[in-house]
Amino acid sequence: MSLSIPQNKQSGIGEVLWVRIALIITGMLFLGAVIGLPLAAVFTEALRKGLDAYVASIIEPDALSAIRLTLLVAAIAVPLNIVFGIAASWAITKFEFTGKRLLITLIDLPFSVSPVISGLIYALMFGAQSLLGSWLLEHDIQILFAVPALVIATIFVTFPFVARELIPLMEEQGTEEEEAAILLGASGWRTFVSITLPNIRWGLLYGVLLCNARAMGEFGAVSVVSGHIKGETNTIPLQVEILYNEYNFVAAFSVASILTLLAVVTLLLKRVVEKYGAKTKKITT
Amino acid sequence: MNTARASSFFKQLKKPSVLPGFGLTLGFTLVYLTLIVLLPLSGLFFATAKLSWAEFFNTITADRVMHAYGISFGTAFVAALINVVFGLIVAWILVRYDFPFKKIFDAMVDLPFALPTAVAGIALTSLYAPSGWIGQYLEPLGIKVAFTPLGITIALIFVGLPFVVRTVQPVLEDMNRELEEAAASLGATRMQIFLLIFLPHITPALMTGFAMAFARALGEYGSVIFIAGNKPMISEIIPLLIMTKLEQYDHAGATALAIVMLFVSFIMLYLINVLQKWGQTRMLREH
Repeated sequence: MSLSIPQNKQSGIGEVLWVRIALIITGMLFLGAVIGLPLAAVFTEALRKGLDAYVASIIEPDALSAIRLTLLVAAIAVPLNIVFGIAASWAITKFEFTGKRLLITLIDLPFSVSPVISGLIYALMFGAQSLLGSWLLEHDIQILFAVPALVIATIFVTFPFVARELIPLMEEQGTEEEEAAILLGASGWRTFVSITLPNIRWGLLYGVLLCNARAMGEFGAVSVVSGHIKGETNTIPLQVEILYNEYNFVAAFSVASILTLLAVVTLLLKRVVEKYGAKTKKITT
Repeated sequence: MNTARASSFFKQLKKPSVLPGFGLTLGFTLVYLTLIVLLPLSGLFFATAKLSWAEFFNTITADRVMHAYGISFGTAFVAALINVVFGLIVAWILVRYDFPFKKIFDAMVDLPFALPTAVAGIALTSLYAPSGWIGQYLEPLGIKVAFTPLGITIALIFVGLPFVVRTVQPVLEDMNRELEEAAASLGATRMQIFLLIFLPHITPALMTGFAMAFARALGEYGSVIFIAGNKPMISEIIPLLIMTKLEQYDHAGATALAIVMLFVSFIMLYLINVLQKWGQTRMLREH
């Protein structure tokens, strides 16, 4: 077990050994208890009645339809937020204009709103009491308690992810390369595809990863607008809630383990992207 | 408004540039932002307008609601405080020391960002239920975690931890080693160096992390509702109360509470901005 202090080797200052060990053990125990144990609990509970029960809970029709719905919602919400994120960061970082700071604050807004409130605003907007809601009712268009509301609420909660990754990155890269391309006669689209996109690809991927993880895992906001119709408007997290409340714990944790695996894979990919992103940064600067 | 006029309107607000696409990208951004965020959020204010001031006031100060404020703010505060202490220790060992499986521990910090809240909620409940891995040892001691405010606090520690660690970590990494070396060579003890050099340096980051964890905890729903048990006046948080009112078709009541929480979020957002600016100016001064 090595307990060296890499940066401190030359200077020879730092904590005495027992303080160092005590701090490391405290930190490890805390992380283990707060984060490691819940992670382990998901898989232990899911496999409590063996692998067969686990697989059976996942290929059960309601679970499968929840998986399909979650994939569908993410497949609509994530690309829309990618387009928005790129457009917003292009406008914000490549140009100087009045009201920029306000715009950035507004883009970040969904992060500071409680998930329940994020759902509530759409329940009010599309509910039968509102003008829009009664119009929709007259024309027999179902948005609330149906897939469209799930998609819109998901777009709301994942709204800032891509833009928030790209804005600082593109800010740092400046506009010189794009200006050179335009002055040499490249079209705007070509400049974007062959100059900007390669420069931002790792940051973009990072934002998309986080956006997707949240889109597939969102609970509070979709819970308000879903209506909890089994096999129809339940995403994976909602299906987990229903199974858990029915005391069907093995099934609840089995379905939850899919989301847990998604989270672990997201974190692993995030590490890879960070590593490559750091490498390309070093080469270009 | 036709596009030519719209783009000339935009152009008055911006400095000239050779790059194309300003009107298109900003226009799309504003339309999307308005449709998805601004219009629906402003609907909250229209919906509460149906209440008179007296009704609004009575709704947001009812007995059950006052208890829920106490639990929401109290548990969020305690959880954020615990996260500041342990988050600092975690950030410290990750930046300063080498130890086995360091990369895995570092990656684990981000898990609450990626793990869906409902999953965290049921996992924590199973751990702290009287028959759970941890609950079975606490039960004989008379400590009840699941279905009490203590359980809510534990869930909020889970969701808030990465905010503190990831805010403090870069500041510690950036720390100027010369100050520390100078202090040590002048005979300062390690404790003096920590209290007089490190602590002032990382205070803005610690406070930002605290504010972010606190703000997140106030609105948290998924990870809390399973472990909370949701007993009115005992373990009911504000977001749950909003949900309950909505399910009882008390839309006006739900909206009134939502307005209060939204107002608190804006204050927290402003506070976090101020703290971040403070941290940045301090950073610039030291470099």
